[in-house]
Amino acid sequence: MAFKKPSPLPGFGLSLGYTVFYLSLIVLIPLGALFCRVVTHMGFAEFWKLATTDRAIHSYQLTFGASLIAAAINAVFGTLLAWVLTRYEFPGRRLLDALVDFPFALPTAVAGLTLADLFSRQGWLGRYLVPAHIEVAYTPLGVVIALTFIGMPFIVRTLQPVLENLEREVEEASATLGAGRLRTFVSVILPTIMPALITGFALSFARAIGEYGSVVFIAGNKPGKSEITPLLIFLRLEEYDYTGAMAIAVVMLLFSFVLLIGINLIERWASRFQN
Amino acid sequence: MASAAKSRLNRTVRSQRGTEESPWVRAVLIGAALGFAGLFLLLPLANVFAQAFSKGAAHYFKALANPDTRSAISLTLVVAIIAVPLNLVFGVAAAWLIAKFDFKGKALLLTLIDLPFSVSPVVSGLIYVVLFGLQGYLGEWLQDHDIKIIFAVPGIVLATVFVTFPFVARELIPLMQAQGSDQEEAALTLGASGWQTFWKVTLPSVKWGLIYGVILCNARAMGEFGAVSVVSGHITGLTDTLSLRVEKLYNEDVAAAFATASVLALLALITLGLKTWLEHRQAAELLRAQAASLIDSDADNSHTIRPAGSTSAESDSATASRAAA
Amino acid sequence: MSIELRQISKQFGEVRAVEGVSFTVQEGELVALLGPSGGGKTTVLRMIAGLETPTGGDLFIRGQRVNDVSVQERNIGFVFQGYALFKTMSVRQNIEFGLKIKKWKRADIDARVAELLKLFGLEGLGARYPHQLSGGQRQRVAIARALAPKPSVLLLDEPFGAVDAKIRQDLREWLVRLHHELNVTTIFVTHDQEEALEVSNRIVIFSRGRLEQIGTPREVYEKPANEFVARFIGVLNVLELKVQNGQARLAELSFPSHGVPEGNTLRIGFRPYAVQISAQTGEYRYRATLKHIFFLGVLLRLELETPSGLTIRTRIIKEEFNRLGIAEGAEVSFQIREYRVLSREGDALSHEVPVAQLVSLAEGI
Repeated sequence: MAFKKPSPLPGFGLSLGYTVFYLSLIVLIPLGALFCRVVTHMGFAEFWKLATTDRAIHSYQLTFGASLIAAAINAVFGTLLAWVLTRYEFPGRRLLDALVDFPFALPTAVAGLTLADLFSRQGWLGRYLVPAHIEVAYTPLGVVIALTFIGMPFIVRTLQPVLENLEREVEEASATLGAGRLRTFVSVILPTIMPALITGFALSFARAIGEYGSVVFIAGNKPGKSEITPLLIFLRLEEYDYTGAMAIAVVMLLFSFVLLIGINLIERWASRFQN
Repeated sequence: MASAAKSRLNRTVRSQRGTEESPWVRAVLIGAALGFAGLFLLLPLANVFAQAFSKGAAHYFKALANPDTRSAISLTLVVAIIAVPLNLVFGVAAAWLIAKFDFKGKALLLTLIDLPFSVSPVVSGLIYVVLFGLQGYLGEWLQDHDIKIIFAVPGIVLATVFVTFPFVARELIPLMQAQGSDQEEAALTLGASGWQTFWKVTLPSVKWGLIYGVILCNARAMGEFGAVSVVSGHITGLTDTLSLRVEKLYNEDVAAAFATASVLALLALITLGLKTWLEHRQAAELLRAQAASLIDSDADNSHTIRPAGSTSAESDSATASRAAA
Repeated sequence: MSIELRQISKQFGEVRAVEGVSFTVQEGELVALLGPSGGGKTTVLRMIAGLETPTGGDLFIRGQRVNDVSVQERNIGFVFQGYALFKTMSVRQNIEFGLKIKKWKRADIDARVAELLKLFGLEGLGARYPHQLSGGQRQRVAIARALAPKPSVLLLDEPFGAVDAKIRQDLREWLVRLHHELNVTTIFVTHDQEEALEVSNRIVIFSRGRLEQIGTPREVYEKPANEFVARFIGVLNVLELKVQNGQARLAELSFPSHGVPEGNTLRIGFRPYAVQISAQTGEYRYRATLKHIFFLGVLLRLELETPSGLTIRTRIIKEEFNRLGIAEGAEVSFQIREYRVLSREGDALSHEVPVAQLVSLAEGI
């Protein structure tokens, strides 16, 4: 096959040229530079040492663990929200529908600020939780809450169109065969929305892994306790420890790439079920 | 956006009879969803404004009038004004390329365009430090030529461009793919050049999707924190954007931090409002189009039942013969 | 405006969409490109328009080779299958688009648009947008837009495909009349043989990228160049007979061997209308029972069953059927008035044999 299928429309060369140029300038060259720097300026032994310090390992555990928990919480409550928004009519539904994107639209620093404040000793929630010995601020729990907040729209927005386009007839068929609603949901609806749910879960997880702004306010800065990986990179940079920062950044990038490929595969797999 | 609009349409048309839950199950589910949403959506939002005004309106406006906050606002605007158009032009070029042509490596290109979404903001900032920082590849050369990128405005712009890179493209690509190339080909057969086709036919038909993408891109550009934090250098009054200013004030004057944050929260609310409005507009257009075509095809049928075997198309050619005569 | 294709080919990667197609369309003709989907007819139309570039052969418009002339400069009017109306523009803006591109004067544009709106029965709809029009109106806007810049040739891709059956008939008649009045060379693509027969002066038949036959509707119906055309245009019943003792036989049916050697198969084809039926069992050569009658309107489809159990399907017009005065279950006799001998490979039709003796059929309609 030729490189390009013939088309009567003009502008292939120009748009290809500009797209590749801009993509290289903004994304590929800077990302490549990071990898280049790591490869040329440190041996594998040094890279491994810097990327696997106790502090780094702990930050990976916290980041991945908290992201997984947050994505799981969202899988449950996001499905609930999506279901209620698509199936039921109630006062304020449209407002709620619009508000689902709020965590996405709200700058992360503001999200972090307001969440940290809510759970602080004097905050609207903290004033009840702290006396009950539920510490959220400056703990891994705080990290989970921040990550749940920012990841929520991904699940709801992935599920909503799928729920809306569910064939009613299938549910009706299930009902005529004697299945109750719960049984219908578990055996008929859930399997149908599962690909979308997994996609949403993966998107929410991927977003949480890299998240920085909303977490730093609420998590504080306690090495080995509530320190997420992006914060560790940031602190290494502040200390002018560039090699340390780069080593951990490469670990994160590699993980991001794996996730990106994984999400692509999941979406391709999921799209098979759409039609 | 189109799919969201379409599904909205479906919902209004469909009946739900026969597959409903019992009223109390619905009540419990709605209650749980509202509880979750209230806790995670409304409470944080309300808290921003409550804390912003916790020391009174006077303190609020004084905080916003602070010259350093003012300079943060203008820097945020400047960054968005540069970054958004850059990504807009890119998004349009990439969407044209991907939606209108078939070529090898298209899937790879699509994945690469999405790449910045999956990179942590802190890493996004870091890569520019590696390239332009003092110890970076171009650091010495830049210093020799007295060009500052890192810890200066250009670095902030670059980091912002990186994190908002895919927004417009992502919105336009599926839209232009769905529209196909028929309208463009029609324009070509009528003698239009490539640019004429693009400006007069393609651009108007993706206008709303484009605005949608720009709104999302702008919201992220104005609110970006992590990437900007790495390259900014946090020089008060010079390289602090609104987000960075919020962080700095948090350690000094919490009420002032919230006042500044309320500006950004307001931006988020405006973004949500515009987004919702665009989606409903799209849904309404679809609905109108459907309704109109229904009515008109009825009208067409009534033409065909005219006496003397006269049909709508025949009456057309009757007009035609009169015109020709 | 004459259009000539000389050995035109088009290859998409490995796929040969069009192979060595040659034909000429004369000034003012109304020509149908007919064939099953995937036959290459749309590709040929798009090559004439300049929307595709031939990978081989030459294309001439008015004697001038136009292979390298861009679509913009070919001065053709193209009506797309889905109409491709500019949905952000009103009817008026759609129609005047080509005129503005060609930098007509404002007054001329207004006059031309008014003329076309009137000609196409679109008066009062100028300010409407495509989504506010019915299918038939959209099609007329699409044609008006294509004709506005006075193209030398009008090309239509499946012009009746997107409208519902009721309006389709009207639109066909309307297109024929429009062509008579404007006399612009017109080529349209269709997969519907009835449509091609009814509307066009001449039909070009494609299958699998090759030109099968070109001729008037009557020619391709009555003298199909090969079995494909015979089967594609109208309905053809095919019989496969074994040659034994100088006769080709299938159950009680027998035909002359037409030179096919002993033990080989002879294939013949005939139209369902070629079957003659009589209420008298002795009148024609074969006997049969009338099993079913299907009313198709003016036509009826009859299913006959021979004593050996062959099912024969025929069509007759209502008057003829009434004259016969038969009902389901009646005993009848029949013969096949004329048939064609198909070659053994089933490719070219060797010749046409009007027949006196009775023959009958096995395969259905």
